[in-house]
Amino acid sequence: MSAVAPARAGSTMAQALNAALRDAMREDRSVHVLGEDVGPLGGVFRITDGLTAEFGPDRCLDTPLAEAGILGTAVGMAMYGLRPVVEMQFDAFAYPAMEQLVSHVAKMRNRTVGRLPLPITVRIPYGGGIGGVEHHSDSSEAYYTHTPGLHVVAPATVADAYGLLRASIASDDPVIFLEPKRLYWGRAEFDPVAPVEPIGRAVLRRTGTSAVLITYGPSLPVCLEAAEAAAAEGWDLAVLDLRSLVPFDDETVCRVVRSLGRAVVVHEASGFGGTGAEIAARVTERCFHHLAAPVLRVTGLDIPYPPPMLEHHHLPGVDRILDAVARLQWEDRG
Amino acid sequence: MTVLDHRHHTSVPGWLPGATAPRTDPAPLLPDASPVRVLGTPALEKYDPAVLRELYRRLVVGRRYNQQATVLTKQGRLAVYPASTGQEACQVAAAMALGAGDWLFPSYRDTLAVVSRGVDPLEALTLLRGNAHTGYDPRAVRTAPLCTPLATQAPHAVGLAHAARLAGDPVVALALLGDGGTSEGDFHEALNFAAVLQAPVVFLVQNNGYAISVPLTRQSAAPSLAHKAVGYGMPGRLVDGNDAPAVHAVLTEAVERARAGGGPTLVEALTYRLEAHTNADDATRYREDEEVTAWREHDPVLLMERHLRAAGLLDDELVRQAAEEAEALAARMRAEFHTDAELDPMSLFAHVYAEPTPQLREQAAQLAAELAAERAAEAGVRQ
Ligand SMILES: Cc1ncc(C[n+]2csc(CCOP(=O)(O)OP(=O)(O)O)c2C)c(N)n1
Repeated sequence: MSAVAPARAGSTMAQALNAALRDAMREDRSVHVLGEDVGPLGGVFRITDGLTAEFGPDRCLDTPLAEAGILGTAVGMAMYGLRPVVEMQFDAFAYPAMEQLVSHVAKMRNRTVGRLPLPITVRIPYGGGIGGVEHHSDSSEAYYTHTPGLHVVAPATVADAYGLLRASIASDDPVIFLEPKRLYWGRAEFDPVAPVEPIGRAVLRRTGTSAVLITYGPSLPVCLEAAEAAAAEGWDLAVLDLRSLVPFDDETVCRVVRSLGRAVVVHEASGFGGTGAEIAARVTERCFHHLAAPVLRVTGLDIPYPPPMLEHHHLPGVDRILDAVARLQWEDRG
Repeated sequence: MTVLDHRHHTSVPGWLPGATAPRTDPAPLLPDASPVRVLGTPALEKYDPAVLRELYRRLVVGRRYNQQATVLTKQGRLAVYPASTGQEACQVAAAMALGAGDWLFPSYRDTLAVVSRGVDPLEALTLLRGNAHTGYDPRAVRTAPLCTPLATQAPHAVGLAHAARLAGDPVVALALLGDGGTSEGDFHEALNFAAVLQAPVVFLVQNNGYAISVPLTRQSAAPSLAHKAVGYGMPGRLVDGNDAPAVHAVLTEAVERARAGGGPTLVEALTYRLEAHTNADDATRYREDEEVTAWREHDPVLLMERHLRAAGLLDDELVRQAAEEAEALAARMRAEFHTDAELDPMSLFAHVYAEPTPQLREQAAQLAAELAAERAAEAGVRQ
């Protein structure tokens, strides 16, 4: 189902996330999981499968159905020294907790002049492409990246799902951990003890000489596929996986863009006011004299997430990416 | 026969076992019809005189604190001050009902409760002065920062109390709220979580009649705010919020119940905000003078003085001591707020993340350069 995780023996991203939670809970008694249906059911995506059985209903807690209550309770737990990992059941159902997130989770360290850091990880199954009905497919990263005080992380590979979740739980700052739900079931070999780049570093998933596709999360496999298809057109595309939106790896992004001079940012969230706009602006400000073409964006449409039978028109696919690459003003191609 | 015909039910063999069966008899959870009082009742005779004298002392000092802070806003020394004048009994009793290891979760109007808890009176005003968002170390004084978004501190109190209970620590959390705050979703979510988790937490609603301009009748149609507890499965208690020993007694009972594993309580204290919402508000636009005058008769400081004197528990010496202490505090507030504080602009970047992001480092370098240029320009002007 994904170019990164070809269907073969190995772990799914869902299993890697489950392993990360389990290992973190085994190593550190202060790690507590809470959310809706995370207990005996194991979460609607089974990411918390088996945690209540192993660690008991206090450390993997089925809460009442109330997102502000869940996150607000996690704030108090963190104030008392625990490391809560909150599961929001779906992207669009995290919105009731927005006030707790913006007014408290993101700001408590700052409000208390450094005395009450909140080591909370908020896991959000996010994005579309799974045929979900409305409110089950939102890409909400721009809301979070616009909120100082939050880290925003989006893994795209099985290894990163494990490594970045461990790093997020270990972080002394709150982390919004965006799980691309359409990549949950793709398989890949992964070694939990293999080193993973820390939060804040982008990774080049494919080298190239013509232009770079800058992306993250669920759009990574699409970009890799587009890069394969582009070869037929004579374009050799690099693919850069950001992995983390906050902190943002200006250094790597600028190094790659300067060396190639052409860049396309790809994400499935709506484009207007989205993270692609931020990335394009940053790249233009820093690499202007190295650019052979404007930085282009390929994003979802500026519409509420569409019904499943129409979602393929919304989601940026290979063709739209290749169209953008074609618009990069190739002086040697008519 | 309609579906709702009662005869239908007589044949139902009771509730099936399982998760949907009714569990709790609501009667013991219901608040008494009239608020609990101690002043002017025989209960006063039985009250510990030392506690009564301490409550009196804190009321007097607290009233002076409210007055002085309000004056400081007029002089531009505080950006804003939401006075708790008229509500001092709730504030001092809240602090006194807690043990040293317990946690207080105040809202913006509860500076006096924070001070009464032992936080330095000037540090408690840091937020309202505009220097920083919090002036004290919350962990050291077991007091959360003053909370501005309404009711959002209530789930924090639940989470902290829950974590403390899991750790086996005998810690209780007390969340302070206003009547308007009880309409917010976070209030309901917090009560529900607290009851389901049986967290050792107490919610004190200071019903002072108004949420800015909106009277309680436009805020809630409940028989009382204390009644809201019953639907969540916790006891609701109604108390005269201007009767300091009554608030102290009801809160102490709730705190001890929570500590003993008895779960949460919702307390509604009936009180009145004698001043405007803040110094920036004009209360004459939404309430009549007669109403304020009537409540002045029920002033918590006057009530305490009158009843303690009648019971022979208040002597001139204590009155003099409390007045002196109050004046000394007011003088200290005036003196220390006389000058502008020196603030370091670079501190803006210090506490956003454990490690500043590369983006913040860049912005910090830019601000540092701006400041250096400013200093150089000033030095040039002086030469
Ligand atoms: C979530 C939120 N909405 C609105 C406000 C603006 N606001 C500040 S105080 C207030 C009234 C609160 O009334 P109440 O809860 O009765 O407390 P009181 O001020 O009377 O102590 C309002 C609407 C706020 N602080 N937070």
